[in-house]
Amino acid sequence: MKELSLFLGCLVPNRYPGIELATKLCLAKLDIDCTDLAGASCCPAPGVFRSFDRTTWLTLASRNIVLSEQMNRDMLTICNGCFSTLADANRSIKEDKDSKEDVNRHLEKIGKEIKGDIDVRHIIEYLYEEYGPEKISSYVERQLDIRVAVHYGCHLIKPTKERGLGNFERPGFFDELVTALGATSVEYPDKMACCGAGGGVRSSMKDKSLKMTEAKLSRIKEAEVDCIVNSCPFCHMQLGEGQSEIKEQMQIEYDIPVLHYTQLLGLALGFPAEMLGIDTNIEKNRKFMDILDAGMEC
Amino acid sequence: MTDKNTGETETMERIQNASIDALRCIQCGVCSGSCPSGRHTTLNIRKLVKIAGKNTDILNNKELWMCTTCYNCQERCPRDIGIVDILLDIRAISVQNGNIHPEHRIVCEMLLEYGHAVPINEHTRANRVNIGLEELPETVHKYEDGLEEVKSLLASCGFRKLIEQNES
Repeated sequence: MKELSLFLGCLVPNRYPGIELATKLCLAKLDIDCTDLAGASCCPAPGVFRSFDRTTWLTLASRNIVLSEQMNRDMLTICNGCFSTLADANRSIKEDKDSKEDVNRHLEKIGKEIKGDIDVRHIIEYLYEEYGPEKISSYVERQLDIRVAVHYGCHLIKPTKERGLGNFERPGFFDELVTALGATSVEYPDKMACCGAGGGVRSSMKDKSLKMTEAKLSRIKEAEVDCIVNSCPFCHMQLGEGQSEIKEQMQIEYDIPVLHYTQLLGLALGFPAEMLGIDTNIEKNRKFMDILDAGMEC
Repeated sequence: MTDKNTGETETMERIQNASIDALRCIQCGVCSGSCPSGRHTTLNIRKLVKIAGKNTDILNNKELWMCTTCYNCQERCPRDIGIVDILLDIRAISVQNGNIHPEHRIVCEMLLEYGHAVPINEHTRANRVNIGLEELPETVHKYEDGLEEVKSLLASCGFRKLIEQNES
């Protein structure tokens, strides 16, 4: 295990800075040595860019990985899409000599070279493997007595052969990290179903992607939860902003708060919701603030 | 043989190479039954796998772009066929033949200009400062030399040319 560098990606710093701050506060509180990865770009996102041109996708990902290699730190991602790109690219570099040589021919032009000597981690996977639910719970200052719909998202765990986090049909590690905070992870049908955003579908066929989201939200609504917790800002956007878009397009109103795991963890570690950007996530999260306030008064 | 025909033959060869794994498909339908998009759109992934290497018509198939790349089909395929990987390779051939959604082109242009698919905006700049972060994150938004490196690589890989092809 090496020290970490924090890979921000696009959506977190540029749309959900509360997740960035929550992540940094949590890492510091848990005494995890993680520094900024200065000068990183888009991972680049697997949906469109990998579809368009694998060489470009692999080369830009490699430049990001090189920045972390130069610090001799493993990369920490807080997004399933970034994890998908960077972990897959890193594996290609380590296992495929031709890909590595091809990428380095491009990187040479900017005076860089990829070696393939670090690992790429996702914060959920990292916290589970390196800390574990028990150690996490020992840091909890505020037990969260709430019902949570955990949304794993597709690329945290699939393709399972590459990820090595077990079977995707009934995983448990993310749920365990949620219950470690005092919360209840509520089972619901189609829990492992896609949010509907990936693969470039949200950007080019929003109405179709929202149909998938609506189906998922309807299952979550039936489960009567206080919030949805995700591990990916793209799922976060689709399940959060998607509620407003669904209301507009389908006249179906959902009122479910959406949090990234780092924000839920931050609450449990004792940080106020305002510091974690929870009130700025989506409008609907005001409801979640009310739930928290009510809990404080009890 | 005309240049056009030569081009088509090369494209056909590329499609066949990309989808050779699909020849092992037994058309059991587990992929379609597992597809979240297939429940709500016209995407029939079983049919796409069936026609994958047959002709160049697949390059214009709108269903190629309805896949969210969730990997359910690939995970559950009893023949262990790399369905999503095949689909991604066929998408790339389709893009090289000029089939680019206008919305996807915009996302690509963002990457070409800012180094991010979703660049920062005024609202988030203000929001970052409000919650106590620096106005610009520690990315190529802040480091111009880093952005120049990204742009050099995008040119070196031919991505700029790919996106600018057939631009209307």
